[in-house]
Amino acid sequence: MIEAKDIDFYYGSFHALKHINMRIAAQSVTALIGPSGCGKSTFLRLFNRMNDLIPEARLTGKCLVGGEDIYGAHVQVDDLRRRIGMVFQRPNPFPKSIFENVAYGLRVNGMGDRRFIADRVEESLRAAALWEEVKDKLKKSALALSGGQQQRLCIARALAVQPTVLLMDEPASALDPISTMKIEDLIFHLRSTYTIVIVTHNMQQASRVSDHTGFFMLGELVEYSETRKMFTNPEKTETQNYITGRFG
Amino acid sequence: MSTKKLRRAGEYVIEKLLTVSGAVTGLTMLTITVFLFKEGAGLFRSPSVEKGYALYVHAENPVERLSVNEIKGIFDGEITVWNALSSDYPHAEIVPYRIEDIFQRYSESELGEDYALLPDKLAEVIRETSGIIAFLPQQYAPTGMTGVKTLPSQDIRPADFFGGTSWMPTATPAPLFGVLPLILGTLFVSIVAILIALPLGLSVAIFLSELAGTRTRKWMKPAIELLAGIPSVVYGFFGLVVLVPLVQRAFALPVGETAFTGSLILAIMALPTIITVAEDAMRNTPRELREASLALGAGHWQTIRKVIIPYASSGISAAVVLGIGRAIGETMAVLMVTGNAAVMPHSLFESVRTIPATIAAELGEAPAGGAHYQALFVLGCVLFLLTLLISVSAEWMAGKQSSKIL
Ligand SMILES: Nc1ncnc2c1ncn2[C@@H]1O[C@H](COP(=O)(O)OP(=O)(O)OP(=O)(O)O)[C@@H](O)[C@H]1O
Ligand SMILES: [Mg+2]
Repeated sequence: MIEAKDIDFYYGSFHALKHINMRIAAQSVTALIGPSGCGKSTFLRLFNRMNDLIPEARLTGKCLVGGEDIYGAHVQVDDLRRRIGMVFQRPNPFPKSIFENVAYGLRVNGMGDRRFIADRVEESLRAAALWEEVKDKLKKSALALSGGQQQRLCIARALAVQPTVLLMDEPASALDPISTMKIEDLIFHLRSTYTIVIVTHNMQQASRVSDHTGFFMLGELVEYSETRKMFTNPEKTETQNYITGRFG
Repeated sequence: MSTKKLRRAGEYVIEKLLTVSGAVTGLTMLTITVFLFKEGAGLFRSPSVEKGYALYVHAENPVERLSVNEIKGIFDGEITVWNALSSDYPHAEIVPYRIEDIFQRYSESELGEDYALLPDKLAEVIRETSGIIAFLPQQYAPTGMTGVKTLPSQDIRPADFFGGTSWMPTATPAPLFGVLPLILGTLFVSIVAILIALPLGLSVAIFLSELAGTRTRKWMKPAIELLAGIPSVVYGFFGLVVLVPLVQRAFALPVGETAFTGSLILAIMALPTIITVAEDAMRNTPRELREASLALGAGHWQTIRKVIIPYASSGISAAVVLGIGRAIGETMAVLMVTGNAAVMPHSLFESVRTIPATIAAELGEAPAGGAHYQALFVLGCVLFLLTLLISVSAEWMAGKQSSKIL
């Protein structure tokens, strides 16, 4: 489904990702773990081409999504980003109403009429387990929601445009334990429909939600295997040290 | 322990100092405003006829009061018969009379020492001429003598001031303080200036903030900021030497000093402020919001229009207010290029005079405390209210805009 082939990535002269090869299966959850600054976010942001915004960044190698080279000349970046949703570390709702936040992606992509948008907004909010909490205040500002609600709103917003892939960059790191649990539940439910790649600093979270785990260190993919195997019987000592908390 | 106490004391002093400086600033603003209105307030209590003078007519003349425009018409020779003013008045020719006309009949020696006989002689003239209207200094006037009627002095009316279409503050016997041409001149010049500067300024701001490369921005931003600091006389000079002939040639006008020229120079002057303030506001849009928009598949332009501009709307409205404020209040440059004719403007390509230019040009020659002086202060108040109105409405519109996105 998603494939990284011989990826090297540079911020100016800084070599941030070193020769990465990785295949990510469709309709599964893949966790990316590793110490701070090891390149997890950089790697994640390759797949919706968010790194394009950074001047002086340079990429070699191939990124394939569904067999398509997403850095190919014919690729429409807007369209690619619609198909590959992203949830950020800090909840970042627009300073608009709850309804407009979810409708935003539909509107900018010219998807559907009023009825369709209203239906899709409800559907997405339900999918993000937020509908019951906000159905009476859709016209209220999204900024009035709690942090956890805002993050679920951001997930709903991403789901509304019907992506096939969800990239999540530490989606629960700014949240309290209860909200974190809700997000994890949500990921668990979404896994059957979406291909999810999640960056996390929380080992328990990685082991709870993911099918596969990749361990990054200093820009390299040190180990990549089934989550169960990774957390019970890692191959590399670096991995062992990291997940047992002996460094990182 | 003692260092902690010392720090607390220091913080206390700083706190108080800040409070005091805030209060002083507030008070100063208040004082200025009060001063402006207080100086101007006397205007509507001063007589419409020049100070120290009065108008006299024949005792049998039924005329009771004359408006400033009628007085002006009479002394300019435009109104020549009494019944042109009202059908109740006699069908008699009007004879305007000024103090110096007395010398056609009497030599200086006949008027006695220190002009002691002057009032008698004037009364004589008035009694003999039934259609006369004499504009005389009260010091020598035949007040209360038989056969002479003094026209009661009237205060300047607000309606004449705000509705008057002529600004002739030094006309005798009755100066005309009609501010409409000045208000219109100001509005013409500034509205057109804003119509030019706003779209242009916002476009440049969007370009600088969203489209320009780092290198372009690096030299363009300081260059534009530098432009904001150039003194307005220099802009005026540029306008006079470059814009005036340009406008004259481009529109085939008899003179290039027009309202439009003023608008152009004002637009040029307001641009740097609008650009820098609006650009700052847009660049302050959090990166998270841009990325959120782009990550949903929005294009660059959609992101600018739907996220960045709404987010920056309060900063943009500050840019608008500052720009308009500069346009309305700007004096020197406008004074230099608009030709300064205080007449009702009919088109953009006529000479106009703005309120600030009027104040700057006339305050020096208006005797302090006189009606003219007070009129200039009222003009100041008008300007103040105009700016206030614009700021408030820009604020209101920005509020609506941001509540729309909320
Ligand atoms: N825009 C940038 N310009 C230059 N260097 C960058 C930029 N963004 C990230 N880096 C560098 O690239 C490396 C990887 O950054 P990245 O954000 O991918 O790390 P991360 O694994 O996500 O870390 P964290 O867990 O703290 O989020 C870091 O050393 C960082 O300093
Ligand atoms: Mg990161």
